Amino acid sequence: MVGDLATAEDAVQEAFLAAVEQWPTQGAPANPRSWLIGVARHKALDAIRREARRDTKETAAQRDWAAARPAGPIGPVPDDDVLGLVFMCCHPALEVSVRVALTLRSVCGLSAAEVAAVFLVPEATMAKRLTRAKRKIRDAGIRLRVPPPDSLTERLDAVLRVVFLVFTEGHKASTGSTLVRESLCDTGVELARALLALLPDEPEVAGLVALLLLTDARRAARVDPAGNLVLLADQDRGLWNRDLIREGEHLLEGALRAGRPGPYQLHAAIAACHSTAPYAGDTDWRQIALLYAELLRHEPTPVIEANRAIAVAMVDGPAAGLAILDRLSDHPQLGHWPQLHIARADLLRRLGRADEAVDAYRAALRFELSAAERAFIRRRIVQLSPNADAGRP
Amino acid sequence: MKYLFLLYSPGGAPKDPTSVEYAETFAAFAEAEAAMEKAGVMLDCAPLQPVSAASTVRVRDGRTMVTDGPAAEIKEQVGGYLVVECADLDEALRWAATLPSARDGWVEVRPVFSVVPPS
Repeated sequence: MVGDLATAEDAVQEAFLAAVEQWPTQGAPANPRSWLIGVARHKALDAIRREARRDTKETAAQRDWAAARPAGPIGPVPDDDVLGLVFMCCHPALEVSVRVALTLRSVCGLSAAEVAAVFLVPEATMAKRLTRAKRKIRDAGIRLRVPPPDSLTERLDAVLRVVFLVFTEGHKASTGSTLVRESLCDTGVELARALLALLPDEPEVAGLVALLLLTDARRAARVDPAGNLVLLADQDRGLWNRDLIREGEHLLEGALRAGRPGPYQLHAAIAACHSTAPYAGDTDWRQIALLYAELLRHEPTPVIEANRAIAVAMVDGPAAGLAILDRLSDHPQLGHWPQLHIARADLLRRLGRADEAVDAYRAALRFELSAAERAFIRRRIVQLSPNADAGRP
Repeated sequence: MKYLFLLYSPGGAPKDPTSVEYAETFAAFAEAEAAMEKAGVMLDCAPLQPVSAASTVRVRDGRTMVTDGPAAEIKEQVGGYLVVECADLDEALRWAATLPSARDGWVEVRPVFSVVPPS
């Protein structure tokens, strides 16, 4: 599904970026930390504590929510109109892929060209889809409002995906001169928090908020003062927002305790593997590879498999990761996905296959990328072939 | 807003009024339609004869042409319809889901076009 392509982009980005500068020569990390296992171990204890407090699930969730609110640099939760607009854009009577597009356009104010870039389709195609969807909303009588409680849950999946995509697009802007579009990140987080207030007992909603907070916590460290992309492995972890990380971990643990894991909780667990590593070299790639394998059961897409390939490369070496990526290269959708070329390029570089690596980097440059990413790739090409003209693919 | 529900039942409606199946289908529709009557959303409803009883009319170059059967050869057939008045699509979809056809076939929900007279 096209939506999955874009949603997982950032995860691949993170994994591959971490791999780029600090390839582990020492094999698996010394202190592997297992989120899921750790949570399972504490589960029984927590149940006893909960029993003792005689808290209802609802009041506990509300208290957590109230405590969590002031933690981050987050604006006010959108009012019901905005949330109603999101639910309208995500109505099940609309085609799945157009729901995300419509939200990015109507709620987040992206241009049709920007939305088209997210979905890897020509602008005219996207403009036509958006017009058709708006006409359907008008003619079919789809209303702007938050659905009543009895139908809220079934309407949720589409909304969660949209909110995730909104944030992802802000965190790693597909196009444009800045890598992070803060307004989109903030909108994504605000929407997610508003959903959590509405549905405090849905573990996937909490998982989504956790994922966004854990990712957003790295915002200040991702771009240097000159606007260049800073790789995960190179980031000054002191710049990471500890409050957001704590809040994200707290929400994730609460969500996992419900015993209903889903894609957002798993993505959040992967993000937590990065957030909890004091140094890049401490990252538990084996756990990340396992989490991606688990994620494949929920989202059996080539992009998730590509993500897993990066993690496998970190554990078992670049050749093992490349073998998985090369199996995916023929996939019609992935051919249009620059991150696949970037990831392949990096593994080829690590294997000393410089010419093939340069070819893969040049393949990535044929796509729309942010200026920071382009600069990064050009630096790489120069490093691999000092006499080459990096600007001309 | 007015919505037309087109009821599709791949198996077709039971024909024999003395059969249990007929009685069950009759009762299921009666129940769903009574609820819509009570809620005041029902404007009209009727089952349809099978497409074997259908005729199709076209007028081309002033000549009326009548052919036997439906206009297009499609596998699934509309077995009945309802016209309802609902506040919005969500309400219409909720009512449509109460019809037996939604369980053994499907219900196409079509907003009725409000024709504006030419000015």
